[in-house]
Amino acid sequence: MTERIMSHPVLGNLILKEKVTFTFDEQVFEGYEGESLAAALLAQGIRTLRLHEETGQPRGIYCNIGHCFECRVNVNGLEGERACLTPISDGMVVKSGQTLPTSVRDWRKNLEQ
Amino acid sequence: MNNKVIIIGAGPAGLSAAITLAEKNIAVLVIDEYLYAGGRLLGQLYEEKPGTWWNGIVESERLLERAKSLEVEFLLQTSVSDLEKVDQTWLIHTTKGIFRTRHLLLATGAAESPFPIPGWTLPGVMSVGAAQVMTNVHRVKPGKRGVIIGVNVLSSAIAMELQLAGVQVAAITLPHANLLTKGNSNPLEVMNSLLHVAHMAPSPLVKIGSKLMKNDFMKKLGINFYPKNGVKMWDIPIMLRKAVVEIVGKDEVEGVILATINTDGSIVKGSEKRIKADFVCIAGGLYPLAELASLAGCPFHYIEQLGGFIPLHNEQMETNLEGLYVAGNITGIEGAKVALAQGKVAALTISQRLNAGASQHDIKLAIQDVEKTRATAHIQFHPDILAGRQQMKQIWAESVVPLATH
Ligand SMILES: Cc1cc2nc3c(=O)[nH]c(=O)nc-3n(C[C@H](O)[C@H](O)[C@H](O)COP(=O)(O)OP(=O)(O)OC[C@H]3O[C@@H](n4cnc5c(N)ncnc54)[C@H](O)[C@@H]3O)c2cc1C
Ligand code: FES
Repeated sequence: MTERIMSHPVLGNLILKEKVTFTFDEQVFEGYEGESLAAALLAQGIRTLRLHEETGQPRGIYCNIGHCFECRVNVNGLEGERACLTPISDGMVVKSGQTLPTSVRDWRKNLEQ
Repeated sequence: MNNKVIIIGAGPAGLSAAITLAEKNIAVLVIDEYLYAGGRLLGQLYEEKPGTWWNGIVESERLLERAKSLEVEFLLQTSVSDLEKVDQTWLIHTTKGIFRTRHLLLATGAAESPFPIPGWTLPGVMSVGAAQVMTNVHRVKPGKRGVIIGVNVLSSAIAMELQLAGVQVAAITLPHANLLTKGNSNPLEVMNSLLHVAHMAPSPLVKIGSKLMKNDFMKKLGINFYPKNGVKMWDIPIMLRKAVVEIVGKDEVEGVILATINTDGSIVKGSEKRIKADFVCIAGGLYPLAELASLAGCPFHYIEQLGGFIPLHNEQMETNLEGLYVAGNITGIEGAKVALAQGKVAALTISQRLNAGASQHDIKLAIQDVEKTRATAHIQFHPDILAGRQQMKQIWAESVVPLATH
């Protein structure tokens, strides 16, 4: 579990915006209006944002500034949204990426058995 | 909309250009994909002089307010994916539609190079800049205890920032040598580059040490006698004789495997040890983020001191394509103050093109200001930055490109 930095010796106290709720894979989470989805989830201990399309290995943020697309999730039905660039809002529905079928590979695997 | 200057990137270069243009009554639209204006300036935080902090959030807000008071238009959370030129007009394809301008400034900044290490796709592994933004901008701790892989100016500065925010940095270490980590994994080369951050350390011992090491013999001595558990900078062990060979964990980072290395970067067999961490930062250095210049058709030149492939440009921040300008880290990796000064040069060049009252003399003064800022910069990403800038100047002069019109 990570935590928010409420007070900082140079940056001062954290001024929190209005609280909002959103869902991530059907589970309800809280966050603050306008903060990034990646930050809101990490503040609640969630690092895994998706499973790799083919291997199913877990993935989370890498660059946190929109360059690497490792943090892609489904936001309100839109695929491939970057969690590190998405500001959260009340009622937002977020889904993690899941493994996709690899029919040709599976077919070949079955054939070889 | 055609008369407006469009700037891509709301970092220090883009913001300062926008302000300078607006001060000359030129309409400006700034497009940026991030949540807030400020670019990579947002996360920056360091002590310039005892008691005086460079606070990126405050600086960004100040710039944004100034720009807004001059009626600069902002379109944030908007990504640019392509550029096209039709007749005299640049077409800018974004996630919010197409925008058009005759004068386009690219101020897209820099990106971080990763190095792949076994286990680096585990959640909890992030670039060192990601940890900086999480901590200073979002105010969420990247974890409780981290290991930073890669010893350079940026990772040293960010390690200190993490500590300031109460995040424990267990160690800064080297990556294990392989084809992709070359240079970053050789203790001697890293020691060389570290001599340029030493002035940032508050401890007089480290400072004196760095002066002593300015000759090669002393450096070799320094490495050979370099304590295996590292020296401490800002209380964080910097381990030039250790390398991370693997990042471990089941579904998330749980730790790293650390091994002792020889001065040439090879591993001492059997020295591997596992240490605990819940996050790992990879610090592979910065390179100019210049894809858009490439899509536009700019020629590129590789200049090591500037951080990689650089779009051809002159001192006035013009590319060889008519109506296309560049400023900030897209022209070479330097600190935010240099980017600010470069933004001003680009803006003055554009206003001269628009006959909006900028003289050649104004531009010359602004260029001199870039040079002064560079000479007194607090952070220098490459010790020979000046040579790199010189090289680009020469390439421009030699290529004698008449302005390409298409
Ligand atoms: C992760 C990281 C950390 C850094 N930390 C420090 C530090 O601590 N100290 C220091 O002195 N320097 C640091 N730097 C160097 C930094 O690049 C400069 O200090 C300075 O911010 C460069 O200013 P700029 O205006 O050129 O670009 P930036 O500040 O990088 O701004 C560029 C802007 O362009 C936007 N952009 C890029 N591409 C697109 C696109 N296709 N569509 C829309 N928008 C786009 C980005 O979102 C960004 O806001 C860091 C750089 C990085 C990458
Ligand atoms: S973490 Fe890299 S794009 Fe979001």
